[in-house]
Amino acid sequence: MKLNRVNKLRIGLVAAVMILVVRLFVIQIVDDKYKIDASNNSMVYSIIYPTRGIIHDRNGKILVGNKIAYDLLVTPKEVEAFDTLTLCRTLGITPEFVREKMKEYHRDRRKIGYQSVVMLRQLPPETYMKFAEIAYMFPGFRGQARSIREYPYNAGGNLLGYVSEVDADLIKRSGGKYKAGDYAGKTGIEATCEEYLKGEKGYNIYLRNSHNKIESRYRDGEMDKDAVPGKDITTTIDAELQHYGQALMENKVGSLVAIEPSTGEILTLVSSPGIDVEMLADIGAHYNEIAANPYKPMFNRAVQSPYPPGSVFKLVNGLIGLQEGVITPETEYPCQMGYHFGRNKLGCHAHRSPLDLEESIMMSCNAYYCYVLRGLLENDKYSSIGEAMDKWNEYVKSFGFGKKLGSDFPSELGGFIPDSKYYDKVYGKGRWKATTVISLSIGQGEIGCTPLHLANLCATIANRGHYYIPHIIKDSKEVTIDNKYKEKQYTLVDTVHFPKVIEGMYRAVNSGYGSGGTATIAAVDGLDICGKTGTAQNPRGDDNSVFICFAPKDNPKIAVAAYVEHGSFGARWAAPIASLLVEKYLNGEIGESRKPLEQRILEGNLLDKVKTD
Amino acid sequence: MERYKGRGIKDTVDWTMVICYLLLVFIGWFNIYASVQSAEPSSIFDFSTRSGKQFVWMVTAFAIAAVILFVLNPNIYEGFSLPIYVCTIGLLVAVIFLGVEVKGSRSWFEFGPIRFQPAEISKISTSLMLATIMSQVGYRMRSMKDFLVTAAVILFPMAIIVAQSETGSALVYVGFAFVLYREGLSGWLLFMIAMAILLFIVTLTVSPYASILVLIGVTTICNGLYSGKMKQWSFTVLPFIAVMAFLPWGLRELADAVSAGEESFLAKFRPEYVLLGAAACALPYYAFRAYRERSMFKWMSIAAFVAGILLIFSVDFIFHDVLQEHQRKRIEVLLGMKEDPTGVGYNVNQSMIAIGSGGLFGKGFMNGTQTTYGFVPEQSTDFIFCTIGEEWGFVGCAFVIFLYSLLIWRIIQNAEKSREAFTRIYGYCVASCTFMHLFINIGMTIGIMPVIGIPLPFVSYGGSSLWAFTALLFIFIALVRNERRL
Repeated sequence: MKLNRVNKLRIGLVAAVMILVVRLFVIQIVDDKYKIDASNNSMVYSIIYPTRGIIHDRNGKILVGNKIAYDLLVTPKEVEAFDTLTLCRTLGITPEFVREKMKEYHRDRRKIGYQSVVMLRQLPPETYMKFAEIAYMFPGFRGQARSIREYPYNAGGNLLGYVSEVDADLIKRSGGKYKAGDYAGKTGIEATCEEYLKGEKGYNIYLRNSHNKIESRYRDGEMDKDAVPGKDITTTIDAELQHYGQALMENKVGSLVAIEPSTGEILTLVSSPGIDVEMLADIGAHYNEIAANPYKPMFNRAVQSPYPPGSVFKLVNGLIGLQEGVITPETEYPCQMGYHFGRNKLGCHAHRSPLDLEESIMMSCNAYYCYVLRGLLENDKYSSIGEAMDKWNEYVKSFGFGKKLGSDFPSELGGFIPDSKYYDKVYGKGRWKATTVISLSIGQGEIGCTPLHLANLCATIANRGHYYIPHIIKDSKEVTIDNKYKEKQYTLVDTVHFPKVIEGMYRAVNSGYGSGGTATIAAVDGLDICGKTGTAQNPRGDDNSVFICFAPKDNPKIAVAAYVEHGSFGARWAAPIASLLVEKYLNGEIGESRKPLEQRILEGNLLDKVKTD
Repeated sequence: MERYKGRGIKDTVDWTMVICYLLLVFIGWFNIYASVQSAEPSSIFDFSTRSGKQFVWMVTAFAIAAVILFVLNPNIYEGFSLPIYVCTIGLLVAVIFLGVEVKGSRSWFEFGPIRFQPAEISKISTSLMLATIMSQVGYRMRSMKDFLVTAAVILFPMAIIVAQSETGSALVYVGFAFVLYREGLSGWLLFMIAMAILLFIVTLTVSPYASILVLIGVTTICNGLYSGKMKQWSFTVLPFIAVMAFLPWGLRELADAVSAGEESFLAKFRPEYVLLGAAACALPYYAFRAYRERSMFKWMSIAAFVAGILLIFSVDFIFHDVLQEHQRKRIEVLLGMKEDPTGVGYNVNQSMIAIGSGGLFGKGFMNGTQTTYGFVPEQSTDFIFCTIGEEWGFVGCAFVIFLYSLLIWRIIQNAEKSREAFTRIYGYCVASCTFMHLFINIGMTIGIMPVIGIPLPFVSYGGSSLWAFTALLFIFIALVRNERRL
């Protein structure tokens, strides 16, 4: 054979073909790697979902537990002719529903193949047991146990949060931790403690053939993995108190927060109206209904709604005034139905004049705090009103206002406290003065704080000058909480200034009817409740009713903030609600004399006052 | 039949090729059925599935084959090749503006349910055109004018196809270099194409420096062999290259030893400079020798060397600015520059798993787990070979490749035996096209070629590809028959 061009081409052809054949020989016969990978491809991982951890309250009661429900699965390939009516009677469904479903499965038969599809979700065990007895009559139908959430207390959906199937967004963000079909806590405690509650998935491995039909266990289950149940967690919530708070706030729009001052533990966190726990377990089925509710039950007002605090904020201004030396406890200011500046006036209600600090708190005098704020902002210590304003801002923020408190509750908002920069922008530099922003003195104007902020303020005063970051997870064997929750957060106001303010709060509640105290309705014998009312303007209708209180006066056990939208005076709705909660917590029950008050609150309905556009 | 005189069908038609063709088509059909069968097995004739549709394409393809073989007069091709070629070019251009966009390239016409790709026809018309031009009396490959015309005939449709973003289909045209080689093109051209690819790969995977060394080495050896002074060269230049290979390493060590900073001379100094200096001295000297000896070879090797250097320094530009994102990725994955088991690498990885899991005898018809359950993408079109590999194993693969080899071999035999230059050249075109498709497609599924979406001739699902290859092959069979009949 000559080595001419033709033969060179032939040799080239043979060589190229040999390259292909040798390569094929290597990957098909010599190298085992690809065969192993292929068996990976044909293994089916049947996921075992872990049971979610149980959520306890501070006393060990179960806030959220688990119960078994059954999904009814159908494998259309295996279904034979069956008695539709018997099935319907057992399961409590209509024959139309079954026919509709069977038609649907027939239509999608290509897609479904040998797989099973869910026909009914979350059957209660009683129904399922009835079906199980006659299941032999229905080949192709079977039940699959599933653990779902159970709620012994009506603790409110906003606090507890709910569990639902993960969405595409979370799957992407989680970086492989979640897969489609997994469940995760979405809001509230379920979301906060997702890490602990979720547990670890397990799996059974099966082998399938080319028809996607499961053939056998892979290595007799040797490589299977059991699911690890989620860890139980203990919250700081008091289940009974939460339940009671929920009842008090029913048919009112607003929020009720209680904190244990000595630890910062949140005892109660109610946002009303909330999601009923009945709906939580299967939130998907109720989602549209909840989303369409005009009172926005998904909106957690306790941590997300920045309200003006109203007169409650006078406490903060009074304390700053004392610290800055603008006033002393003995300083008296006059009030002629309000504070007059130029042609303007910031009105006040009728009370005697002049008043000192304690009395100004007790009677909630507006004029007094106008003088205080003016004194603060026109203080000679500072070169300009801007500097004085920023100093004031610094003081206020040291109480936790105007920023996220850093609690472990998800989606907390920070609210807003203005500073000089803000007013420079609104009015122009040098074009505003103390009287321009005078409404800050009484907690109106550009201040926004959440009910959690207010409860924290109350706890701070109860502690005489420091607070612990409010939190809902209790330190326990399973869960260690961050050290920041155990550190005292001091305000910029010295401890010595607090007793006078507390005295004022005590007198506001305990001076007896007719004394001019604004919160006498909140008085409970023997509890020494100290409180401050607030009535915050609401441009959308009646004023908001605000009240913060703690008790007892010495060594306080509970600090409460109640915020009721359109509840008019603080004493009308917020003060009774907060005081009832305190009474329930400290006494365990409501005294006979206060039963009518409790009755009024429980039956009260303020929903009509709320504009729902 | 009576119109034809001479011997009958039995003797004139080359049945070896026809049987190879039929076997491949039927193998393709069965594997398409196996690859897309779902949990609900349907009939192979179910027209809603791909196997059913492929059956339609097959029947029509056989009709086309019969028409070409028995109705059309084979003598018309030579005369009609120019109009056909011009029409095809027109279609190729038109499809850019009128075609539908499929996976980022505009190369398909759509008429109701039928889609067809002018690039498929273009293989036939280019082959016919080449055969016509190159079989002219007085055609000389070595004449510059003839060579340029030939090159234009190949490069013109190729360029339009590249413009359609179908670089893969255009790559097939490189195969026409084999035809040119057979017809007298200097073997150095093939060698240079191979060298260009080698340099490209070395530059990307190792470094431009290594690439230059390879270029110097190869040029030296070629010159040595040509001038018969291999011994002398191997004592002078080759040791120099060997020493230079350690230069980058030495420089790095030195820079470390004196702990030179970012800004120092050593850090900025690139080993290429040494070679550049050497070349600056050596090239004029060598050019002087070439001039004195009037050696064309020396001139050419200088030109080739300079071209090689230019190529090496433009690799970066070509790779990052000329190639498209997906093509770049495919090359990176093939060369192992990037691991990408979920992206581009996914196809190749799954395809190799499918083929590899087939073992010696395969899992049996319809028992493949990889291809039937959608692990392998494009399983009935570009990756059909996976199904063959998985279900029929090494034996099946080898048989399919054997059929192709036999077919191509047979085409070359027939081409060589032919008395007509037209038939011979056309035959080589058919062989080259088939070979390129075969090698690129199978090479892609087993990970030795980048992922280039071109079908496996006769086997892959798709009417337009099957028809085109049928026509391509049967025109040749008809041409051969025409000669035998006389």
